[in-house]
Amino acid sequence: MDKVNVTINGITVNVPKDYTVLMAAREAGIDIPTLCFLKDINEIAACRVCVVEVDVKGVPMRNLPASCVLQVQDGMNVRTNTPKVRSAVKMNVELILANHNRECLTCLRNGTCELQKLCDELGIDDIEFQGAKREAKIDNLSYSIVRDSSKCILCGRCVSTCRDVQGIGILDFTKRGFKTEVAPAFDFSMKDVPCVYCGQCIQACPVAALRERSYIDDVWDAIDDPEKFVVVQTAPAVRASLGEEFGYPVGTDVTGKMVAALKRLGFDKVFDTNFSADLTILEEGTELLSRVTNGGKLPMITSCSPGWIRYCELNYPEFLDNLSTCKSPQQMFGAIVKSYYAEKEGIDPSKIVSVSVMPCTSKKTEANRPEMEVDGYRDVDYSLTTRELGDMIKRARISFTKLPDEHTDSILGDYTGAGAIFGATGGVMEAALRTVADILTGKDLDSIEYQAVRGIEGVKEASVVLPIGGVDTEVKVAVAHGTANAAKVLESVKAGEKDYHFIEVMACPGGCVHGGGQSHVSAKARLDVNPKINRANALYELDRSLPKRKSHKNPEVMKLYEDYLKEPNGHLSHKLLHTHYVKRDSYIVEQEEEFAKMLEKLDK
Amino acid sequence: MKSLEELKKLREESIKNIEMRNTDKDIRVVVGMATCGISAGARPVLTTLVEEVAKRNLGNVQVVQTGCIGMCTLEPIVEVYTADKEKVTYVHIDPEKAKRIVSEHLVNNNVVVEYTIGSAEKQ
Amino acid sequence: MKIFRSHVLVCGGTGCSSSNSALIKQRFEEKIKELNLDEEIQVVSTGCFGLCEEGPIVIIYPEGSFYARMTVERVDEICEEHLLKGRIVRKYLFDESAREEKIKPLSEVEFYKKQKRVALRNCGVINPEDISEYIARDGYMALGKVLTEMTPTEVIQLVKDSGLKGRGGAGFSTGMKWSFAAPNQADQKYVICNADEGDPGAFMDRSVLEGDPHAVLEAMAIAGYAIGATKGFIYVRAEYPIAVHRLEIAIKQAKETGLLGKNLFNSGFDFDVEIRLGAGAFVCGEETALMQSIEGKRGMSRNKPPFPANKGLWGKPTIINNVETLANVPQIILNGPGWFKSFGTVKSPGTKVFALGGKINNTGLVEVPMGTALREVIYDIGGGCPNNKEFKAVQTGGPSGGCLTKDHLDIPIDYDNLTAVGSMMGSGGMIVMDEDNCMVDIARFFLDFTVDESCGKCTPCREGTKRMLEILDKITEGKGTMEDLDKLEKLAINIKETSLCGLGQTAPNPVLSTLKYFRDEYEAHVLEKRCPAGVCQSLLRYIITMDCKGCTKCARICPVGAIEGKVKEIHVINQDKCIKCGACMDACTFHAIIKK
Repeated sequence: MDKVNVTINGITVNVPKDYTVLMAAREAGIDIPTLCFLKDINEIAACRVCVVEVDVKGVPMRNLPASCVLQVQDGMNVRTNTPKVRSAVKMNVELILANHNRECLTCLRNGTCELQKLCDELGIDDIEFQGAKREAKIDNLSYSIVRDSSKCILCGRCVSTCRDVQGIGILDFTKRGFKTEVAPAFDFSMKDVPCVYCGQCIQACPVAALRERSYIDDVWDAIDDPEKFVVVQTAPAVRASLGEEFGYPVGTDVTGKMVAALKRLGFDKVFDTNFSADLTILEEGTELLSRVTNGGKLPMITSCSPGWIRYCELNYPEFLDNLSTCKSPQQMFGAIVKSYYAEKEGIDPSKIVSVSVMPCTSKKTEANRPEMEVDGYRDVDYSLTTRELGDMIKRARISFTKLPDEHTDSILGDYTGAGAIFGATGGVMEAALRTVADILTGKDLDSIEYQAVRGIEGVKEASVVLPIGGVDTEVKVAVAHGTANAAKVLESVKAGEKDYHFIEVMACPGGCVHGGGQSHVSAKARLDVNPKINRANALYELDRSLPKRKSHKNPEVMKLYEDYLKEPNGHLSHKLLHTHYVKRDSYIVEQEEEFAKMLEKLDK
Repeated sequence: MKSLEELKKLREESIKNIEMRNTDKDIRVVVGMATCGISAGARPVLTTLVEEVAKRNLGNVQVVQTGCIGMCTLEPIVEVYTADKEKVTYVHIDPEKAKRIVSEHLVNNNVVVEYTIGSAEKQ
Repeated sequence: MKIFRSHVLVCGGTGCSSSNSALIKQRFEEKIKELNLDEEIQVVSTGCFGLCEEGPIVIIYPEGSFYARMTVERVDEICEEHLLKGRIVRKYLFDESAREEKIKPLSEVEFYKKQKRVALRNCGVINPEDISEYIARDGYMALGKVLTEMTPTEVIQLVKDSGLKGRGGAGFSTGMKWSFAAPNQADQKYVICNADEGDPGAFMDRSVLEGDPHAVLEAMAIAGYAIGATKGFIYVRAEYPIAVHRLEIAIKQAKETGLLGKNLFNSGFDFDVEIRLGAGAFVCGEETALMQSIEGKRGMSRNKPPFPANKGLWGKPTIINNVETLANVPQIILNGPGWFKSFGTVKSPGTKVFALGGKINNTGLVEVPMGTALREVIYDIGGGCPNNKEFKAVQTGGPSGGCLTKDHLDIPIDYDNLTAVGSMMGSGGMIVMDEDNCMVDIARFFLDFTVDESCGKCTPCREGTKRMLEILDKITEGKGTMEDLDKLEKLAINIKETSLCGLGQTAPNPVLSTLKYFRDEYEAHVLEKRCPAGVCQSLLRYIITMDCKGCTKCARICPVGAIEGKVKEIHVINQDKCIKCGACMDACTFHAIIKK
């Protein structure tokens, strides 16, 4: 790439010519403020907070251009700290604030809000231009996501993420001018649109306009109720992000402190979803082997990610038979707690409250799917996000950083490295391959790290030669993360271009480590760290540190089969651990009459 | 459309009709079309003049009708006005005579003296 | 081809159509048939004649008789007298035509005499639904010439040499625009005609499309050849049904005649045009928003660069030209750059079409050489303000433009001159205001428009204009302070400087220009709580004068009981109670109630 010389506030830097002024300024050690900018995802120059004064070889550019999209030119002279720029930036932030619900003290994002931080940095001490505000709407009807238009600053980060990263596009700008808002089509509730509740929009949101629906109070109530026996499971990816809530670097494994905190919060038992991840591998691995040997529907596709399941139900119903019938680890865990565990410990399952902590917002909706229960007992009663757990720990005034490392409780707390890596894209695939390869070869294989399925490439492919029915067979697998990538893989399968045996799909880019329920990493921080990589590394690190790294070596899981389930894919497994899927329609309108009225209104 | 010539031919055809909408012309041919003129046969004279002018692409000539010119016995009357020249009045015109007026007077600028009011009065 | 001895041209533009010109045309056809003249006389529906104030307009050729304010009732008489007997019906003619002994044909009427019609040359002259009439007026000759005799580079050079600038507002050199797109290699390039005319009161583009659709198609094909594009889109608003209909017919006829489609003039060049309807968002006139809309997305502006010439529609090199700009192109090709430069100014050659509106006698469409003084357009052509009211200001450039005063009347109109005094050419809307217009209210009106029509993407335009509007509301309600005027200016400058696209960058112009030229009016609102023009309702006071006879009618009609007084004594309005509904003033038989 050719390089050009650009001067920023008197400092000359030599940068590639496709750089923006914003990036060039970083090279010069100048931090230009941004708000709508989300690197590679939302570069739309909308907020006008990154404006700068520019001249090129002495010729001033008209107006104040936005540095986030302004490409560098040789001889460009940029000034970011002139009275004109300072006043313009300040005024634009003030204009945003004037139309923003400024209940900062009571806001969920108090402390993690990018707008709040910007105000602090820019020294906003007054809002000169105040007046009417946009009509405020709160949509909290879905199980997962709350949309609060009073907080929305119309940066469009969620819109770009949903449309371009995830390929879904249920959010967009609607209306015009001052009335503009970001909303689903026809002002539908998030509950009634083909949203998969991945929560990537929440990750993109700089403020609290999009946030998870919180179940913290319900969980406190359960904990405080002496009649209830409250158990908690934590998903593999949670431990790689929870620390960020307490100032740890992105991707620090805080398993021990997390367990200690959960115990101090008053959960009766602290278990681990890693356990049921191992369980999932036994069920899913067995299912795969049976499909391969018995001529079942292939490729088989993983079913751990509820966002992905919903995406498939909505957009690719023709692949429903390809989905593994296994429930997700969250749901398997819940089912086991209220059956096997209740029986073993002699607890009335109706007294058990099953809580999960997930990196995910879609898990909240999954936990509420009607079929996710056994004998009338809900598998999971409340599903919290990593952020909610962080909030609970803070509210309980627990000094997280000073906690000792503690261990999960038995008999559902033990896990292997295979379960641990579920949280990273490719992790389920790798865990499955470890077990399936052992079973097919009848050996305890040493080579267990499948590098080809690791990393953040959108679609990853690998093949392994394994003896099936005595014949060496090339087992072809693919891994996709982010629903847009999932669509790519499915389209190639549909077109007959690819034939895989097994596909892993995670709805979120990067897998669960980058789920919609994980700790917020600001747009600015993401310029320096990639949470997808850092958190995945933490999980692979954990995997390497564990004595057992294959799911079928998990002693507690093996005991569960021995004492209760008897065999993978057996009768009881099917009752407790497997499920089914249904084709879902987009934009269901319950009252057609109302819809007709709405259209009529639009016509006018 | 295969060539510029083809388009030009099409234009020549079309122009004949539309040329009339240009009022900025040097020669004005006026046909008396009051009841007297019409009953004396002015209508075919008018249409003949229009057709002949168009056929010969006389873009400089405007053919208009007018009311009673005031000499009903001499109808159909055709008057030719040319800038900077005396008006020429033709009387008792029929379509054949009209054709001659076009070819001799309008095209070649030779007044058809025998049809003019002057020679009619002499008779 | 059949030759008719007389042509009856009935205006079929939107203005005249809305006053039933279609029925007038129908009656002409019926009556002409009744009189057995249908073999001799042709009735034609044309585009706009321009003098919309006098519509519906009917012109009868060969005389060029200009019948104004036509009604269906008058048709029979005109047929019997004029068409049958050659007696022009003076009483129905346009006033000025019949004022003197010699009847003036259309072309000699003052309104038209001062005009130079290039873009509008065929409007009101041809039947836009008949390609042969366009061809008769040298239609498609320019395309033929370009395809058979010129290289694309030569075409671009010629357009560059002509000095033609974009007539849509910004005034960028058309030839330069083409030259940016031409060298870009791509599997597909596009030519877009921007017919998303959105300024309130502007209808130049609509009239060209209604009156001369083929000129636009021809120019698009020429542009396509020049830059190497084979596909064109016309983005026209759905609110222009007549224009859309005529474009559809024109495209169909051009295809049938082989003037659009494959291998035009045997040159190997293909060109096709499709219509895309816009839903009426003002911002879609902005080229990047327009392309988004064609692509099926929400019309929102995006940052430039990349410019459309490099990355336009679906990421392909694209040029976007306004309707009027394109309408000039065939004439420039045929007559040469020298001809085009022979009118207009050195920096802005050619002509410009303006839509005259507001407080002006001759509301309508005019085309004058660039450099014509505002005074000529407003007074000589436009006929000045009605009812002898005093001219106060003219607003050019629509919501993006500014208000100019009588001090500016002698400014020769061109891009630079208008920008220099804080307004802009814009697409050509020209709204005249007289002494009865309140300039604060006018600024408020335009801003109200932008607040609604901003695409909502960038902060200053979306939020800032609203705050400006709120301040203006405050001022017109008599609650403004001098500090508000400073705030207004501060906001305006910030919006100009930091908005993403042209909409926001120009939105404050009406406010800035009125603040500059009519500051006294703002100050009257703020300091004296008075609206000098008597427009701002909250600042009005209804007062009973000495003419009051004490009839008590006003007191009885007042809905809030604000008027007191005894019979046969002068009444008084209690200003604290008065809601300024004006019912008393309407009721007073003695004109004893005034507002001020």
